[in-house]
Amino acid sequence: MKPTFKLKINGKAFAVQAHPLERLLDVLREQCGLSGTKEGCGEGECGACSVLLNGELVNSCLVPIAQAAGAAVLTVEGLASKSLSALQKSFLEHGGAQCGICTPGMLIAASALLKTSRRPNEKKVREALAGNLCRCTGYQNIVESVVGAHKESR
Amino acid sequence: MKKRTPKAIGRVVPRKEGRAKVTGEAKYIDDINRDDLWHGATIRSSVARGSIRKITFDPKIPWKEFCVVTAKDIPGKNVVALIEGDQPLLAETRIEHPEEPVLLIAHPNKEMVTRARATIQIEYAAAAAVLDFEKSDTVFKSYSVNKGDVDSVFRRKDVTIVEETYFTGAQEQLYIEMNGVIAQASSQTGVTVWGSMQCPYYVHKALKALFQLPDDRVRVIQTETGGGFGGKEEYPSMIAGHAALLAWKCGHPVKLIYDRAEDMAATTKRHPSRTRHRTAVDKNGKLLAVEIDFLLDGGAYVTLSPVVLSRGTIHAAGPYLCDNVRVQSRVVKTNTPPHGAFRGFGAPQSLFAVEKHMDRIARVVGVAPEEIRRRNFLKTGGMTATSQVIQQKLDLSGLLDKALKKSNWKTKREKFLKHNKTSKIKKGLGLATFLHGAGFTGSGERVLASKVAVEGTEKGTIRVLTANTEIGQGTNTIFAQVVSDALKIPYEWVEVAQPDTARVPNSGPTVASRTCMIVGKLVERAALELEGKLIDSGLLEKNGEPSQFRKALVQYRKKYGELKGFAEYIQPSHVNWDDQLYRGDAYGAFAWAAYIAEVSVDTVTYCCTVDRFTAVQEVGRVVHPLLAEGQIIGGVTQGIGYALYERVVWKDGRMANNSLTNYIIPTSVDTPTIDVIFLEEPYEPGPGGAKGIGELPLDGPAPAILNAIENALGVEVNHIPLLPEDLLRVCEAGR
Amino acid sequence: MRGTASDYSLVTPKSLCEALTLIQQGAHPLAGGTDLMVLFEAGSLQWKSLVNIAGLKELKGIRFQQDRVELGALTTYTQILEDKKVVSHFPMLAESARLTGAWAIQNRGTLGGNIANASPAADSPPSLLAYDAEITLTSATGDRTIPYVDFHQGYKKTAIREGEIIRSITLPFPRRHSHTYFRKVGTRNAQAISKVVVAGLAHIIGGRLDQFRWAVGSLAPFPKRCRHVEKILWGNRVAKDLIQTACDNLKNDIAPIDDIRSTSTYRMIVARNCLKDFLEQLL
Repeated sequence: MKPTFKLKINGKAFAVQAHPLERLLDVLREQCGLSGTKEGCGEGECGACSVLLNGELVNSCLVPIAQAAGAAVLTVEGLASKSLSALQKSFLEHGGAQCGICTPGMLIAASALLKTSRRPNEKKVREALAGNLCRCTGYQNIVESVVGAHKESR
Repeated sequence: MKKRTPKAIGRVVPRKEGRAKVTGEAKYIDDINRDDLWHGATIRSSVARGSIRKITFDPKIPWKEFCVVTAKDIPGKNVVALIEGDQPLLAETRIEHPEEPVLLIAHPNKEMVTRARATIQIEYAAAAAVLDFEKSDTVFKSYSVNKGDVDSVFRRKDVTIVEETYFTGAQEQLYIEMNGVIAQASSQTGVTVWGSMQCPYYVHKALKALFQLPDDRVRVIQTETGGGFGGKEEYPSMIAGHAALLAWKCGHPVKLIYDRAEDMAATTKRHPSRTRHRTAVDKNGKLLAVEIDFLLDGGAYVTLSPVVLSRGTIHAAGPYLCDNVRVQSRVVKTNTPPHGAFRGFGAPQSLFAVEKHMDRIARVVGVAPEEIRRRNFLKTGGMTATSQVIQQKLDLSGLLDKALKKSNWKTKREKFLKHNKTSKIKKGLGLATFLHGAGFTGSGERVLASKVAVEGTEKGTIRVLTANTEIGQGTNTIFAQVVSDALKIPYEWVEVAQPDTARVPNSGPTVASRTCMIVGKLVERAALELEGKLIDSGLLEKNGEPSQFRKALVQYRKKYGELKGFAEYIQPSHVNWDDQLYRGDAYGAFAWAAYIAEVSVDTVTYCCTVDRFTAVQEVGRVVHPLLAEGQIIGGVTQGIGYALYERVVWKDGRMANNSLTNYIIPTSVDTPTIDVIFLEEPYEPGPGGAKGIGELPLDGPAPAILNAIENALGVEVNHIPLLPEDLLRVCEAGR
Repeated sequence: MRGTASDYSLVTPKSLCEALTLIQQGAHPLAGGTDLMVLFEAGSLQWKSLVNIAGLKELKGIRFQQDRVELGALTTYTQILEDKKVVSHFPMLAESARLTGAWAIQNRGTLGGNIANASPAADSPPSLLAYDAEITLTSATGDRTIPYVDFHQGYKKTAIREGEIIRSITLPFPRRHSHTYFRKVGTRNAQAISKVVVAGLAHIIGGRLDQFRWAVGSLAPFPKRCRHVEKILWGNRVAKDLIQTACDNLKNDIAPIDDIRSTSTYRMIVARNCLKDFLEQLL
């Protein structure tokens, strides 16, 4: 019998039955219907599975569900409220998303940065996103998306 | 005054599927789940060459619950139908490379699949494998390009001969979304496959042969695709075949998704290469005779190698004019997984060699690298190595000047010379000038005979029907822009259908920088045909306003039902190619570029960093400035990886570093600011004047970066990837 | 994904005491998961019985004393980087934390985990060795503290006894005006596994080195101090020929190997270059 874990995802309460070692990533994708969080490597290297766990940026492939018990989780699906967030709009405006597979993780890592630093410069953004691999963009337009996110989108 | 819709081409319109991508709503293949899905896995060979002697199934696993597929279960032909048909979908007894698929298993429970796959034991009778491609004598394909009389120039006494050999390594495409498909199949309903792919009709063709089914019993649907770069050109035919065989046998839909380790070890890479250059120049550095011997490692099966070799061969002499040229090329067999398509498709390999060699010639002759190029550039009216006359306006010197100016070449080269005398960090600038042909080579597009359609919807909007896939590069967006301008209707009124072989015509593969230039033009023509039908029906006046167009379309649909416009490829009259002599118009158009890399080398650690990068290119009309810039920056970054970071470590024919921890691609802190400049020389046969763009940016970075390292250190480096270990070896050897 | 969760057990204890009982019975601790979860996913995690120590308060916290700081074993790299006092007193530790993985890894990875995992390529051990740290181990029978320099004993072999886990790491403040040198050499600037990592600490009085520590990672089966080199330098005046002698002797301290990430030659020469670079800064 698998134990039950309670957690709050994007503000909504969930109770999931899972083996305690099961990855938070799999629980999100397979049990909670939140497939926006992606798997790119399964070894904490690419950041496609980034989520915020109690406000902290983590790779959800490296978090056993037992370590997320009672936690608040933010995934890409939780970024927009009624309309897109300024960060999401900025990604559209600056070409931050190409194939889109790294985009959810990038958005989450960037939103973690924007919580601590409202107007980060290019260097800071590059450092904050260093754990999120992208093969399409060469990062430049992603960096510009994050740097430009504080501006009210047109 | 009529209200005019602003032109979409040339404007930054919103990416069609952008919103779905930033909200997490976009559904990639692994995001699709159904309760009745079974999960598949592939059991692969562990030896490079040999034959299968025995397969043992662990009795602790409840095999009765599993579906197990071997080559015997294949209803049709056991081949991955592509060019030669030499590659089996499942090995029968003969093994030609490590990670060759042998068995397939499926089970409703994913964990059971994971557990079971690790227990199957295969015993082999191993045979000697050929792993060094320079020693292979099995030639898959060879070409010979001849212009003028090379030999008589080499016999002359008054020429200087410059010779060198250049090497490039394998490169993993490393799309962040792994290969994956879902298949549903039965003898009653036929075969349907959904998946991550570039070329739905390639998969369609392969499945037809595998199951011996007619066209209409096989259906292939592309789902949102998380990058391809060539890596999802031919390989999806393999994984789709596997999933379909499992589904056919077990009677359930089967999901087959690779993990990163399997995707890296088992799927295709860029072909490793060796290029020998022998050049005769006069005392001013003018090229008098060029002889190039180009060799590619094809891996164990033919797959796309002949085509990759072709492109590499045609690009081998670079953007230079020389009256006497001989290029001989071969692709040979080795016992590694087949090498395949990767953005650039043979050109990054041969262009690396020629651009390194131009710097070498410059040193031998004693002129500056920019000057040696200037003295030899092709111009309008000049002839390429395949004797193609450049018809379009071409000013490579102007292009180069732009790049030199933007990168501050002269001032910085002088400044670095001083700086390097005292610092442990050595700086340098390097250059590459190059070309990239758009579309299929020679008669390729004529043979392909792509078809597209557009349809009017009952809402009065337009839907584009092509098999060309959105894989991040912007297909959806540019097709909608093209239609918007052709019909003078708002961009928002155009949508692009999901590629589904049951619904879209075969517009050819999404490869070879052809989607915009070739297929985009067909889309434009199909849209105009549709408009013509509306006008002919009397419902629409010529030059009507957008609202009239929409009204007319709605009326037409009510009155007659469907409204579609069609177009099929017609070879432009100026394109003539001789497949026998390998001579003539290799491509309808070339894109041209001058790239400059600025690097630092830390002499304590031999680590190289690209500090700044300048990319100037002429690509015809730029359809979407932001997407185009994204293509260039992304391509340059892959080129930086190709040059400095990405090494496939081979062990007995198998990739040993098949993880993101050990195969290193650049991160956001390894990539510089990349300055992108477009020069636009509209190309009439392209939509709105556009040429191809996708592959070009991978050709230039590696030689520019290595030339910059040579400038910084004063040593010669002739191979990529050039990791710190390699650079140290070169520097120590020169000590 | 090659691991199957149902082959494992993972228990979350309520207290350190409960955790130590489980560990006494043979369970293996799981902290931030940045190493063990990777092994699990690759299907190569050998310990089947795991105890989740991530929530244990007893193993957390950064405590300053008059001349030292005690870092709980569960201190994350991010916590190291966010503590201004730690960063200013121990810049090499901060630098090794900054260069471990990237942000998401730094949020989860713990100092204790990095040490206990005992990878020869770990980023923080050379800094801890250069700062002459102490390590406190705890078990159901009590605590014991040993010099960190005695902790790593062979490839993946440490001083941890059965039933023990790491409680904390204590670093004495370096002497004022100490010179430090830290360098991590990976193939890229973030998310890289070290090919060479070095940490050096020197103190000079009257022109002579009266303290010199040189610690390395990825150059031997375990992170270690270079005793031969240190002996040559200690008590001496830094000069060109001394630098040469020290560099020549480095080969007696390290035994780099060829592996999937680098070569023995590269590691040897770069290690030597780093030592030379540091010593030249002291000229």
